[in-house]
Amino acid sequence: MEGLDAFLLARIQFAANITFHILFPTISISLGWVLLYFKLRFVRTQDQYWMDAYQFWVKIFALTFALGVVSGITMSFQFGTNWPGYMQKVGNIAGPLLAYEVLTAFFLEATMLGVMLFARERVSETMHTIATLLVAGGTTLSAFWILALNSWMQTPAGFEMINGQAHVTSWLQVIFNPSFPYRLTHMLLASGLTVSFLVAGISAYRWLRNERGAEVMASLKTGVYLAAILIPLQIVAGDFHGLNTLEYQPAKLAAMEGIWKTERGVAAVLFALPDAEARENRYEIAIPKLASLYLTHSLDGEVKGLDQFEGKHPPVAPVFWAFRIMVGVGMLMLAVSWATVYQLAPWKKDPARTLTPWHARVLVAMTFAGWVALVAGWYVTEIGRQPWLVTGVLTAADAASKVPAPRIAFTLSLYLALYAALIAAYISVVFYLARHKTHADRPSGAGMEDTLNPVSYPKKEGAANA
Amino acid sequence: MLDLAPDLTQAAGWMPIVFLVVMGLAMLAYVVLDGYDLGVGMLMHRASDDDKDTMIASIGPFWDANETWLVLGVGILLTVFPLAHGVILGALYLPVAMMLIGLTLRGVAFDFRVKAHASHKPLWNRMFYSGSLLASWSQGYMLGALITGFASTAWAVAFSAVIGLALVAAYCLMGAGWLIIKSEGELQLQAVRWARRSLLFTVAGIAAISIATPLVSPSIFSKWFSFPNIVLLLPIPAATAVLFAVIYRSLQRLPVRLAQGNEYGAWVPFGATVGVFLLAFYGLAYSLFPWLVIDSMTIWQAASAPEAMGVILAGAAVVLPLIIGYTVFAYRVFWGKSTALKY
Repeated sequence: MEGLDAFLLARIQFAANITFHILFPTISISLGWVLLYFKLRFVRTQDQYWMDAYQFWVKIFALTFALGVVSGITMSFQFGTNWPGYMQKVGNIAGPLLAYEVLTAFFLEATMLGVMLFARERVSETMHTIATLLVAGGTTLSAFWILALNSWMQTPAGFEMINGQAHVTSWLQVIFNPSFPYRLTHMLLASGLTVSFLVAGISAYRWLRNERGAEVMASLKTGVYLAAILIPLQIVAGDFHGLNTLEYQPAKLAAMEGIWKTERGVAAVLFALPDAEARENRYEIAIPKLASLYLTHSLDGEVKGLDQFEGKHPPVAPVFWAFRIMVGVGMLMLAVSWATVYQLAPWKKDPARTLTPWHARVLVAMTFAGWVALVAGWYVTEIGRQPWLVTGVLTAADAASKVPAPRIAFTLSLYLALYAALIAAYISVVFYLARHKTHADRPSGAGMEDTLNPVSYPKKEGAANA
Repeated sequence: MLDLAPDLTQAAGWMPIVFLVVMGLAMLAYVVLDGYDLGVGMLMHRASDDDKDTMIASIGPFWDANETWLVLGVGILLTVFPLAHGVILGALYLPVAMMLIGLTLRGVAFDFRVKAHASHKPLWNRMFYSGSLLASWSQGYMLGALITGFASTAWAVAFSAVIGLALVAAYCLMGAGWLIIKSEGELQLQAVRWARRSLLFTVAGIAAISIATPLVSPSIFSKWFSFPNIVLLLPIPAATAVLFAVIYRSLQRLPVRLAQGNEYGAWVPFGATVGVFLLAFYGLAYSLFPWLVIDSMTIWQAASAPEAMGVILAGAAVVLPLIIGYTVFAYRVFWGKSTALKY
């Protein structure tokens, strides 16, 4: 019994950790490219407001990056402290993939970040742009390796089992396993959407505070247009990803859709309370035959239900609900981004005035909408593959460590308190920066040198407060 | 010792040794690089507010990349020695958690302290200090636990706790040495004073460890105190003593010189401390080899399949020179006295 408790606690701890971790790389992956875009626009046009936008967002990038780094270090240790069986069984595959991430991406990002943040006056403009490019490229390369590993765990390929250990037969098949292209695309688009709503939301917040200069409007438009372009792409990518899941992880798909029995002409469930005891949905609202149509592209297509995987399927309710939250937020993103693009359309003369306060408030409310959809999506993916850690090869229970439950409970409560405090601090500081990084903190007309340095900035703040 | 080793002409024989060296060097790079910035973090507690900012500025461009060496070191343990990884990190569960919380606190405090409300800055400064202290002490504790083979007797715990303190002192010494190089004026002189005090504790700590380690671990005792090993190994403690004397002399002379604006020898305390770390590392490596978990698991028993190691080795052979290249580039960009961070 104690072993079971420890197992549950270890899972909660790891879940808390990856949930906390993923919030930050998701932002840094795409924000890096947005920064590069701002920088390139500045280099091309020499319009200072692009550099202002860069310098505002680079601060948020640095903050995000720091949180991503520290939570990532925690994760690399928890592989060992919580799941020793994982590396013992599939270390020959997971090991090199993780090693390549550290070697090719991690060092590059961390080193070039210093140059990108602090060395604009010490290196040439071109070198600074290259540093920005390398940081953005590094974060994306990180995502490539991590998603290759995650996808391999979901849909393993290119290996054979010898004496209970996985040995690689083809690295190409390991990396480009069946779900990898879909998962990578889906994740990169999710990152883009998270960042586009963050940029749009914070810019709308500044707009509401009557900061409507070229810098804010450029950021706002960048965010909104990006969101409007990416969300339809994401819907298409998500659909392909779903079809891939149907093919390779049918149990997960059945849980997402709430399909208990294998049938033809399956209905699409809009709302229900999945009941694991009775193995059916209560209070179901469904559209007949629709699920068969979008899953098999035939009104009468057969879809495997959970009855095919009894004892070996994930818990249904969390997967079912997380999937609906993700899709729901996605729909909201579609509506809001397109409506805002319409309002800011280029044929209107002054977009700074065509945006309505009501609209801006919606954007502010959706600043972190990407996080909600993203975490919900990850829960679909990660809870959806239970009880497997590596599909068909290793269950989570077999990989768990023998650390006693009270020890895990102790550290878990510390981690949870720390994470809650840090997320609150992060969100509040992002909005604080948006309020206080105004043009007031530099002498008017004194060049465009924006400074937020530890020496002068807080003192001026203090003086202003006094 | 070689009877433990398999055929060294085979990949399964020599590759674990190569990786042990790479892992050791990554850990050494981590201890030296993150060591100075952890030290600066701990010394910050005793500095004035203005000096705090300058001190942070001196490590700002580097701390992130410095910490990456830890990820590489653990990454190699994780990937090349998967069997040892679970055993070691399982046994070190609590100190690892403490270190992670410490590293998290200081990593985020670094950024938050200048971006959050001005009134919160002292709070984040304290987080930065306590995070640095917690991380440093836990690392020393883990080292102690590794030497005792994860024994859980009261003596072993006390031994590990003392090593934790010794590492705190040694990091402070290195942090102070770093500040002597990177700062000017009153802070620089203050750094000399910090270095003097840290030196005292570091010497005491290393002396205590050198005496206690062989007593705590019989197998380390037999490796050091047998003929001819003891004669061949004597240069290690001797050279360490010489380096300590060099640091001591230099710290005595520096204040007068620095006050006159003469930077000659400003590098000596830092450089010599790095030397002490190299020697301590060498002594430790000799004590532990070829064990990953002392008296119970060798590097060959813990190693993963040769083909997996080969894939990583090929990548590392190509990429590590690049990493070293752009690390050198970054240090050159920020060469000289540190100035206010600005972005």
